[in-house]
Amino acid sequence: MIGQAALPTPELVFEPLLPELALVAFAIAGLLYEALAKRSEPLVHLAIGLVGVALAAATSLWLWNWDGAATVLGGTVAADRFAVLARLLLLTVAALGLLLGYQYFARSGDEQKGEFTPLLLFATSGMTLIVAAADLIVTFLALEILSLSLYVLTGLTGRRAANEAAMKYFLLGAFSSAFFLYGVAMAYGATGTTKIGAMALALTGGGETQALALLGFALLAVGFGFKVSAAPFHMWTPDVYQGAPTPVVAFMSAATKIAAFGALIRVLDVAFQALAWDWAPIVWVLAAASIVLGSILAIAQTNVKRMLAYSSIAHAGFILTGLTAPGSVGIRSAVFYLVAYAAMTVGAFGTVMLVSGRGEERTRISDYAGLARTNPIAAALMTLFLLSLAGIPPTAGFIAKVNVFSAAIDAGYWGLVLIGVLLSVAAAFFYLRVIVLMYMQEPEEVSATGIAEGDGAVAGDAAVLAVPAAATLLLGVFPGVIIGVIEKASVLRW
Amino acid sequence: MNKLLTLTTFLPLLGAVMVLAGGRALKDDAARWLALGVSLATFIVSLVILGRFDPSAREPFQMVEQAQWVESIGLTYTLGVDGVSIWMILLTTFLFPVSILASWTVTADVRRFMAAMLVLETAVIGTFVALDLLLFFLFFEALLVPMYLLIGGWGGRRRIYAAIKFFLFTMAGSAFLLLAILFLYSKGGAVSFRYDVLLDVAGGLPATTARWLFLAFFVAFAVKVPLVPLHTWLPDAHTEAPTAGSVLLAALLLKVGTYGLIRFNLVLFPEASKYFATFVGVIAVIGIIYGAVNALIQTDIKRLVAYSSISHLGFVVLGVFAFTQQGVTGGVLQMVNHGLATGALFLLVGMVYERTHTRDLDQMGGLASVMPWLMGAFLFTAFASAGLPGLNGFVGEFLVIVGTFAVNHWFGALAATAVVLAAIYLLWSYQRMAFGPVREEHRLLPDVSLREVVVLAPVLALLLVFGVAPSLLTDRIDPSVEAVIARVAPEGQLTDVGDAGSRAIAFEEFP
Repeated sequence: MIGQAALPTPELVFEPLLPELALVAFAIAGLLYEALAKRSEPLVHLAIGLVGVALAAATSLWLWNWDGAATVLGGTVAADRFAVLARLLLLTVAALGLLLGYQYFARSGDEQKGEFTPLLLFATSGMTLIVAAADLIVTFLALEILSLSLYVLTGLTGRRAANEAAMKYFLLGAFSSAFFLYGVAMAYGATGTTKIGAMALALTGGGETQALALLGFALLAVGFGFKVSAAPFHMWTPDVYQGAPTPVVAFMSAATKIAAFGALIRVLDVAFQALAWDWAPIVWVLAAASIVLGSILAIAQTNVKRMLAYSSIAHAGFILTGLTAPGSVGIRSAVFYLVAYAAMTVGAFGTVMLVSGRGEERTRISDYAGLARTNPIAAALMTLFLLSLAGIPPTAGFIAKVNVFSAAIDAGYWGLVLIGVLLSVAAAFFYLRVIVLMYMQEPEEVSATGIAEGDGAVAGDAAVLAVPAAATLLLGVFPGVIIGVIEKASVLRW
Repeated sequence: MNKLLTLTTFLPLLGAVMVLAGGRALKDDAARWLALGVSLATFIVSLVILGRFDPSAREPFQMVEQAQWVESIGLTYTLGVDGVSIWMILLTTFLFPVSILASWTVTADVRRFMAAMLVLETAVIGTFVALDLLLFFLFFEALLVPMYLLIGGWGGRRRIYAAIKFFLFTMAGSAFLLLAILFLYSKGGAVSFRYDVLLDVAGGLPATTARWLFLAFFVAFAVKVPLVPLHTWLPDAHTEAPTAGSVLLAALLLKVGTYGLIRFNLVLFPEASKYFATFVGVIAVIGIIYGAVNALIQTDIKRLVAYSSISHLGFVVLGVFAFTQQGVTGGVLQMVNHGLATGALFLLVGMVYERTHTRDLDQMGGLASVMPWLMGAFLFTAFASAGLPGLNGFVGEFLVIVGTFAVNHWFGALAATAVVLAAIYLLWSYQRMAFGPVREEHRLLPDVSLREVVVLAPVLALLLVFGVAPSLLTDRIDPSVEAVIARVAPEGQLTDVGDAGSRAIAFEEFP
């Protein structure tokens, strides 16, 4: 008998996975409701989704004071405050995504999509899992959970553009997953483990396997670069953002970044911390390329969603700029940037949704002409989010930029910061162009659909955006509120 | 109560919130009066600050307010005034009610216009009182947005082009400023952005680093001033901006640039300032002459005044980088005087434009017989701007030239030629506007209204007061300037003979 001793089973501690369990349970509940109910009510779906998210958030909050082991389930899931903070952020974005989606489908008059809520919850569960993953295999699993859900969400409306976007996203995403998996294999070959903590220990000693590990890291970086839409792995972003339903874009532009960066931070600052000098140049190049390509290509766009897509590439670059600084300085700046970016990008896409009326019409930049006259609330909101994206004080975007730039300068990369500040000026140009149109030009003609449909509905829809708007302002004026929390959460346990 | 600086800074912002919160319920006229009331209240608060300001105090900054803002990144909320910034604050709080009253003729989106004006006031005052570099930068960037909206929303035909150009030029400059501030901050161990802390940090830097940082600061402020060749945004922005926008741009926003040079470049990097003094002097002189020559050939009266600004601001920079008591004091004096005189010129040009609907000098003529009072005011202001003794423009320019002569004869001599050119372009433009045959369509134009008298009278009065009694200004400026010079050029104090302010009046005693 080779017997019992050969297969050690880890102690099962499930508490740190409660948020994911809650999300999955409610996602399944949503699916069952859709399947069993005679006529599914969108409001019930929304309620199921929100309760699931709230429960996940409550359990995450409870984990803030977790005093058990640093990692559970055989060292594959981390139970630290970093994971808690990232989860809470993701759940907030998910809640906003659910609300926006509810409005979107109520307004667009499309056939109701009962799959929306369950899919969004599944995607969120993948995201909340990936930020806690302490084993590259779990990271990969979570990556697939969130990706597959997002592929379907992208094509949810069945419109031509949406289908095309979903197909592109899927093909390129599958490709990048392969790279990621190959990277995991390399890293395993170099260190003999896929556990992030054990990898860190294996690499500290030095030795000849470091080159192999670095190759593994480069391949992992391709996978992450794809998910955070960093150049040169950004190709899918504009098409997907343009084609996908706007609330899905609002959700995934913010949440995917948080999730993928959360996982990347663990890989950079735990697993490969010993190789910081070697990976920093890679991050440097990714950051610079993203900032330059994103900011410059955005100038040429005529569609708001495409423009925001390129802007999201540039912002990935800014976050990477912060991560060039190893350790908690870089983590803090990147996490703050993620919070700020989540607020402003959800807000910006939410406003795009407000303006676009039924379906995906009115997303050309020229449609924004005279918006201040036809819909002053939407125009004011858009201005706030665009100013924040451009990094103008007193908005969250400004403090976020100062944070990542000062982290990078601290680490000695002032050349990268120079690129960042100069390209911020180029970026200001295309954000301003929209403001110019909204405030300084006359509307072309008020279309029959869309915003002219009565102020009441619009004001109600805009209420959801009060959350990101308040966050954008508050983080700009009193960033101390969240920085204190981030400081407590920027220590990774392994 | 020692929160006066906070009060004067944020009172206008509060007003802006009130104007916007009023929504459609707030009638246009109510919005105008509200904005005027708030800006007047701000002016009164700043007068109290002036009253409490003690020119003989030993500490460099007075009424200092300090609080942690974002502790983790070392951003503090530190405010204070010295003899330079106090005048900038007063100039700001004085010109805002004037500009708001001058904007009574704005009829489109009045609420938004007034709100933008008030937000701008907060941002401008903020740059002058901030004693934390990041806080300063925050205000410095924030003032772009309302100004951009004012130019782009209520400007002339090419307003959008001008607004974007203004924004991008300034933001490109400030990109370097941010980089330099962050660099300085990291050299100090990333503890604080406070002025006094970074002052010590800057003192310990190697010369080469300090010079690079000097250049980064310099580019940001040179765009704002503007110094040739970074000036090209200015004629467009001035020409296209609405009257109030032009006034505030010329009188205040350009001063943010020269103020920054004095407050940051000179004091933080004294060695680098001296190293680059000749270089800065050369481009200042080029600016002085280039601006004056360009003003000569303009037919658009607003563009003419815009180019004259470039020339006058060149004087300020030249004086400041002479590092002599007269030069720097003259520069600061010129900042105040240019603000008043050019502000008044833009107000008058705006009033003329509202009547004739043209800014083209060739389309005017004989206006003196149609509106004698308005043209009289114009002539008075033109004299002040050209530096006629007895009016305010003279003292500053004179001190700058004297202060520069002590250091570099060539600069002094070349700058002096611009005084002659200024007299030519101002009087020539006045002649084309006021004399000659009246055009048929201008025959029935009204002279100044009561509102316009209220707008102009206080500004013109100050032109005279500060011309006759510049010591009102210099008494407070001098001690702070001495402190600056003590840092940048301790030997420069030796070339100073007596009290600059008093000598400015008794200039005939000058050897």
